[in-house]
Amino acid sequence: MLFRSVTAALLAALFCAAPAAAQDHHHGAAAPPAPGDTARWTKADADFMSGMIGHHAQAIAMSRLAPTHGASATVQNLASRIINAQQDEIRTMQLWLRDRRQPVPEAVAGPMRMTMNGVEHEMLMPGMLTPAQMQELDAARGRDFDRLFLTYMIQHHRGAVSMVQQLFSSWGAGQDETVFKFASDVNVDQTTEIARMQRMLADLIFATPSP
Amino acid sequence: MHFLSRPRAWALALALSSAAALAPAAAQAPNPDPRIGLRAGLHDAGEAVWNLRVLSKTPPPPDFVGKTNSDLAFTGRYAIQGNYNGWQIWDISNPARPALKTAYVCPASQSDVSVYRNLLFISGEGLTGRLDCGIQGVQDTVSRDRLRGLRIFDISDIEHPRNVGNVQTCRGSHTHTVLADPKDPENVYVYISGSAGVRSPNELAGCVRAAPNEDPNSALFRIEVIKVPVAHPEQAAIVSSPRIFNDLAAPPRHGDSPADVAEAARVAAAARARGAYTVRVFGSERVAPPEFVNPLLDSIVKARGGTGAATAADSAALRGSIQAIVDRMFGDQQARRTGPTQCHDITVYPAMGLAGGACEGYGMLLDIRDPAHPVRIAAVADSNFSYWHSATFNNDASKILFSDEWGGGGQAKCRASDRHEWGADAIFTIADRRQMNFQSYYKMPAPQTSAENCVAHNGSLIPIPGRDVMVQAWYQGGISVFDWTDAAHPKEIAFFDRGPVDSTRIAGGGSWSVYWYNGVMVSSEISRGLDIFELTPSAFLSQNEIDAAKTVHVDYLNTQGQPHYVWPASFALARAYVDQLERSHGLTAARVGTVRQALQRAESASGAARRTALTTLATQITGYAAGSSDAAKVRTLAGAVRDLAGAR
Repeated sequence: MLFRSVTAALLAALFCAAPAAAQDHHHGAAAPPAPGDTARWTKADADFMSGMIGHHAQAIAMSRLAPTHGASATVQNLASRIINAQQDEIRTMQLWLRDRRQPVPEAVAGPMRMTMNGVEHEMLMPGMLTPAQMQELDAARGRDFDRLFLTYMIQHHRGAVSMVQQLFSSWGAGQDETVFKFASDVNVDQTTEIARMQRMLADLIFATPSP
Repeated sequence: MHFLSRPRAWALALALSSAAALAPAAAQAPNPDPRIGLRAGLHDAGEAVWNLRVLSKTPPPPDFVGKTNSDLAFTGRYAIQGNYNGWQIWDISNPARPALKTAYVCPASQSDVSVYRNLLFISGEGLTGRLDCGIQGVQDTVSRDRLRGLRIFDISDIEHPRNVGNVQTCRGSHTHTVLADPKDPENVYVYISGSAGVRSPNELAGCVRAAPNEDPNSALFRIEVIKVPVAHPEQAAIVSSPRIFNDLAAPPRHGDSPADVAEAARVAAAARARGAYTVRVFGSERVAPPEFVNPLLDSIVKARGGTGAATAADSAALRGSIQAIVDRMFGDQQARRTGPTQCHDITVYPAMGLAGGACEGYGMLLDIRDPAHPVRIAAVADSNFSYWHSATFNNDASKILFSDEWGGGGQAKCRASDRHEWGADAIFTIADRRQMNFQSYYKMPAPQTSAENCVAHNGSLIPIPGRDVMVQAWYQGGISVFDWTDAAHPKEIAFFDRGPVDSTRIAGGGSWSVYWYNGVMVSSEISRGLDIFELTPSAFLSQNEIDAAKTVHVDYLNTQGQPHYVWPASFALARAYVDQLERSHGLTAARVGTVRQALQRAESASGAARRTALTTLATQITGYAAGSSDAAKVRTLAGAVRDLAGAR
C-alpha cells in the first residue's frame, strides 16, 4: 500500500514553507527592441521564458504517465489538457526567445542553468519535482497515482504562479505585450487549474463513504 | 479583388447562394470545407465565404499597422475599434466604404472600448499604460505615471477626443461593462473585469494582494463598480466592490444538485454517529475514509514514540486536528474562498436585470437589478473549460452561452487534433432565473493549421426573429454564424475565413470580435483592419428573415452590454415567421401558400382595405394553430399580422 508514502508526502507538503521568491532589484539597461517588438524587454523577461520551458516540460512528463498508470478518466482528461496547453506554450516561449536571438532551451524537464557570482549552478525552478518525487509518481498506480499526480501537480502549478509573481516584481519586466499577456495567462490558467485539482483531490480522498 | 483562392469553393458558394431560398431542411454545410488549405498572406490571403457577403475590408491607419486591434463599440454611425496602441473611430454609414474619423494613439493593452452618449471608456491593464498616453511605457514597478484601470474621454467632437477622467484600479481593467440604469439617468455604471496581478499599495493606496481571509481589504474576489456622473465624468469613482465570489460552495457541475448536497450531509451525520471522522471540504461535510485516517493515526503514534495500535488518546488528538490538516491541504481555497478571483468579461442584459459573468473557472448568473450591487444567483463549472471568457444571452434570457478562451487567444486550438469541447462555447438553458442547465458545446468546425491562433472569442446575437442566431469571432478561425435555437444541437449556417497571416508560424491575426450592428456584421481584424459583412439568403436563412433582422435598430452598442431586441411590425417580420413555419413544416405547403398570397394582396392594398385584409388573415392564421406541430409560432405569426394591421 503506497498510501502511507502519499500521506507522508502530503504531511511534508503541509509543513514545508515555500521559499520566498528572490527579488531582483537590478536596474540594468533594457535591451534593444527585437524585430517587430513594440516594447522593450529585459533579462528578467528572457529568464522567465527560458525557465518556464523546463518547468512546462516536467508538467508534460508527469502528465504523460497518466494513461499508462491506471489514472482515472478525470485525471486522464486533466493530463491531456495539460499536455495540449503546455506544449503550445513551450512553442510560444521558444519562438519568443528565438526572435530575440536568445538561447532557446530544449523542452526537457530539468534544472535551469544559472550563473550567480560568476559560478554556474543548476537550480530547479519553483515547484518542480525532485528526481525522487518523479520516481515516486512513476511507481504509483490507480488511485495512488491520482492522489500523487494531483498533489504534485498542484505543487508544480504553484511554482509557475510564483515565477510569474517574481517576473512582475522585476524592474522593467512585463513591458513586452507578449510577455505580459503570456505571464498573466499562465497566472490565471494555473491558478484556476490549482483550484480545480484541489477539488478533484478532495473528491478523490473523501468520496468513499465508510462501510 | 480576388475573394476566393479555390475555384471549387467559389463555385460551391455561388451555387448555394443562388439556390432557392428555402431548400429542403436537410441542407448541409459545404463538403469539403473550403476553409481548409487557404493560402497564407497578410492582405492577400485566400478566403472562404459561405452564406454571407464581404462588403469591405479596410486596412489599419499608419499608427496602428502592426499593432493589435482589439474590441469594438458602436454609437450612431460610428464603429469604435480598440487597439493596443489606442483606438480608431470609423464612420460606417456606408459599410462598403468605412471612413476613418479618428486614430487616437494612447497605448494600453488591450484598449477594449465602450461608449455611452458622448463618453468613451477604454480599459487599461498592462504595465505600459500611461496617464499621459505616452508611448514610452513605464519601467518602474511603482510609478505615479502609470494608468491601470479605466480611461474616460469626451467624444462630443468626434475628431478631437478629450480625456476627462481616469479611474485607477488595483488590477487594471482587461475589459469593462457599461450599465445604464433607466432609474438613474444622471449616472452610468461601469463594472471592471480583469485578472492581472494586483498593484503595489505604494502605487495605488489600498491595493492588497493577500487573500480575503488574511486581509479583509483584499483586492481579490471582487469586482469594482465605478459610478460615472454623465455631466461630470471627472468625478467618476469606485462606489462599491462587491464580492460576488464570496462563500461560493462547490458549484453545481453537470449532474450535481441540492439533493446531492443534502445526501452528503445525511451520510456524514450517520457516519459521525458511528464514530467515524468527518471533515468539511469545499462547503460540504464528508466522511474521511480509513485509508486517509489510518496513516494519520500511525503518524501520531510514531510521533509520540509509540508502537502498535492507536489509543483513544491518539484518536482524540486526530479528531481535534483533522480539520486543520484538511484545511492546509487545500490551502486558501478551502477556508472560504472557493471561487474565482475575478471575471474575464461580464455581459449585462439590463432589460432582464441579469448579467452573465465569465469568471475564471466558473460561469455565473448575476442579478443586476441594483446596478451598484450585483448579486450572484448561480454558478456552473466545466472540466472542459480552461478559462471562462464571455457570456451571451438569447433574446428572452431563457439561455446563456459561455465561451472558453483556451490558450488565451494566442494559441492554435482549432487543429484537427484539438478536442471539440476545448476552446468551445458551452450552452445552458436557464430555469426560473435561478438555475443553469448544460445543453451542448459549439465549436467552429473547420480544422485550422498550427500557424493560426484560434479559439472561441467575442460575438453577438443577430436579431433573427423567433430564432437564436449568433455571429462569433474565432481569431484566425474566422467568423462563424450559428443557430442555437435548439440548444442541444447548435448548427453553423454561415462563415468567413482567411488563410493564416504566416504559414510558418503563429503571427497574430484573425477576428478578435464580430458583432451585428444595425444590419451588418462588423469584425475587428487583429492585423488586417476592419471587415464588414452582410448575410445572404441560403437554405438556412431566408431573405425575409434577414430583412426582419435589419428592421431592428439600436442607437449604440457596447459589446459587454446586451440590447433587448424588439421587432417593429413589418411585412418582412410576418414573412420571416412564414418561412420558418415552412422550414419546420409547422404549416402545410397549401397553408403557407395561402398566407403568402394573402400577405402580398394586403401589401398591395392601403388604408382600411389593408387593415381589414390583415385582421381577417390574422384570425384565419389563429385557426391554423390547433392543427400545427408548432402552434406557438403560428400564434406568433398571427400576432405579427395583427400588429401589422394596427401599424400606420
